[in-house]
Amino acid sequence: MLATLFRLELKGIFRAPTWRQNLWMRIFIVFAILYFALIFLSLGFGAYFIIEKLELGEPFAVINRYLLYYLGFDIVFRYMLQPMPVTDVQPLLYQPLPKKLVVHFSLLKTFYSFFNWSHLLFLIPMTIVLISKGNETGATLLWALGVYVLLLANNFLNIIINQKTSVFIGVASLVVGTGVLQYFELYDFTLVTQPLFLSFYNSIWPVALVVLIAAATYYYAFTHFRGLMYLDTGLAKKTEKTIAIDQKYFERFGKLGLLLKNDVALIIRNKRARMAVFAGFFFIFYGLLFFTGAIEAYDGVYWRVFAGIFVTGGFLFSFGQYVPSWDSSYYSLLMTQNLTYVEYLKSKYSLIQVFTAVTTVLSSWYIIFGWDIFSYVLIGAIYNMSVNAAIVLWGGAYVRTKIDLTSSKKAFGDKNAFNYKSLLLTLPKIALPVGLFALVDNLAGTTAAKWSIVFISLIGLTLKPWVFKRVITIYKKEKYQTLKAYRS
Amino acid sequence: MITVSNLSKTYSGTTVLSIDQIDLQAGEIIGLVGNNGAGKTTFFSLLLDLIKPSTGYIENQGVQVNQSEAWKSDTAAFIDENFLIGYLTAEEYFTFIRGLRGVSAPDMEAFLEVFKSFFNEEILGNKKYIRDYSKGNQKKIGIAAAFIGHPKLVILDEPFANLDPRAQMQLQKLLKHFNSEEGVSLLVSSHDLLHVSEVCQRILILNKGNLVKDARTSEITLDQLRSYFSEEPTEEA
Repeated sequence: MLATLFRLELKGIFRAPTWRQNLWMRIFIVFAILYFALIFLSLGFGAYFIIEKLELGEPFAVINRYLLYYLGFDIVFRYMLQPMPVTDVQPLLYQPLPKKLVVHFSLLKTFYSFFNWSHLLFLIPMTIVLISKGNETGATLLWALGVYVLLLANNFLNIIINQKTSVFIGVASLVVGTGVLQYFELYDFTLVTQPLFLSFYNSIWPVALVVLIAAATYYYAFTHFRGLMYLDTGLAKKTEKTIAIDQKYFERFGKLGLLLKNDVALIIRNKRARMAVFAGFFFIFYGLLFFTGAIEAYDGVYWRVFAGIFVTGGFLFSFGQYVPSWDSSYYSLLMTQNLTYVEYLKSKYSLIQVFTAVTTVLSSWYIIFGWDIFSYVLIGAIYNMSVNAAIVLWGGAYVRTKIDLTSSKKAFGDKNAFNYKSLLLTLPKIALPVGLFALVDNLAGTTAAKWSIVFISLIGLTLKPWVFKRVITIYKKEKYQTLKAYRS
Repeated sequence: MITVSNLSKTYSGTTVLSIDQIDLQAGEIIGLVGNNGAGKTTFFSLLLDLIKPSTGYIENQGVQVNQSEAWKSDTAAFIDENFLIGYLTAEEYFTFIRGLRGVSAPDMEAFLEVFKSFFNEEILGNKKYIRDYSKGNQKKIGIAAAFIGHPKLVILDEPFANLDPRAQMQLQKLLKHFNSEEGVSLLVSSHDLLHVSEVCQRILILNKGNLVKDARTSEITLDQLRSYFSEEPTEEA
């Protein structure tokens, strides 16, 4: 019975829309998995020799000492990234299956998770190396078992802390507390845990204890979920509280205001859009790499133009390039309303400009690095608001990725990265201003070079109608294809 | 109002819709019935220029729908949840459509008054995003929005499905009201023969993409409709 359920699960994985959508994505996922697998494998094989080479001490002892870090990071990463298992068992509830079995299944299927099997890629080669280096075979295997069981305990602990706030607070304060004490070298917990982990090697009883702990976490998670197997409790879809938006403010802008208000609601009320804006916000700090001389290769003056564009262009790049995909779930509505493409584009264009302006204000602290540095931020902002705001919409017209607004997953399905037309359009976005700056800088000096970008921005502004016309032609040409992609 | 000429839609060799000729007059409620796969939604999608015809064309009030966008200002539709904006509340959604269709706020209030009993106090003032409403209530929101701004033609795909019995009866009344009082022409598809025969003045039956019957409701009885769908589907193939 359980085997049938697992076969179902496998089908679920391989028939997932993100997986089936396109070849590029599959290749990308496979590469990503191979990449991480390779990292784990090489760490597994290499850790021993690295420790030896760096002369950190007896490798096995060192490994045991830092195992605490490994476990600590494991639980943190799990909490942040590992999806929760009990989400799609609802159809199983109507079948003649005992609820217990369904719960066992949904807990056990986490073994499929990358967060569990990837550790084996690390542990197995490490065990092989340890044995080949003269450690006792049986004892080493026992040790590896103990460690893996601890990681499994982490797996179930993570499930519990995702459900129970009280447990989350407990575990979080433990992890943070240990981390802080460790970081400020107030107390070294690794010295306590080192002999604990080492004892897996020496005796069977500590391992038995760890197995008991893992079993207890499993049992706890099990009873918790068993009690939640009802449509109105654990499986209920949560209704969100609404966040009010001031209608009046936008009304004065007419149709444009209507669309802008929707976009603001889109950003505030949808996880996916919020994340894009959040990601864009972090671009602000990107300039630190360039302006502080932190990285030698970035010290050149041309890089500063590059940095200026990125610092103020975060929203433009993270949000703008997915227009019109943000509206994919109701594109049919937009296509049948009396709304012209120009009106639609203008609203997005204004949105990007407003956000770029806000980002520029938020970046104004760069002035502490001096006026010269800050002037690059301003130049970037001017170029972004005039030229890039239009060009990014042009690039978006080629992207036909349906966006699931409610999912927070940064879908790998962002095939935008592989769209050569969008890639080509990064040239005018970044290479053109940097290139122009370099050219004028060499001919007439830095000040002239700065002004040349302001000048080309003004020219870009006059080209906006032309770019819009191009974008509209693409929208119209691709309308049926786009609708098909969005409605599938 | 609507002229269909030589229209067909083919997906990789399979023809899903093929209609030589229909003329639909303004001012009528026209019902479209047929089994799943009969081509009802395909026809609506073609009419709304959401898909491209393989041959032929549709004219809506004198303009070919895939050539000009002039029809958009007085045609409205609710086909499925792709016509709703999930992250807005019902009020915000209505305000959005109202803005696009140029209806003033007081007019809107009067308009919503008509839907009061249809909404059954479950739609307005709920502080809930549309995506969190039940399927039936989402449908109510979509149907009401389609009538905003005095459209001349409203297209509804399966409006009775998912509604509770009371709401179905009220919808019948609403459709008749908008048709007789406001002169709205309606194109409505349904699996429910009873509703269609009670509301519509003209009934079109589609089967496997072909128009097989086109009759005035006065000429075709509910029993005849029923017996049509009771026949074994051998002869049509």
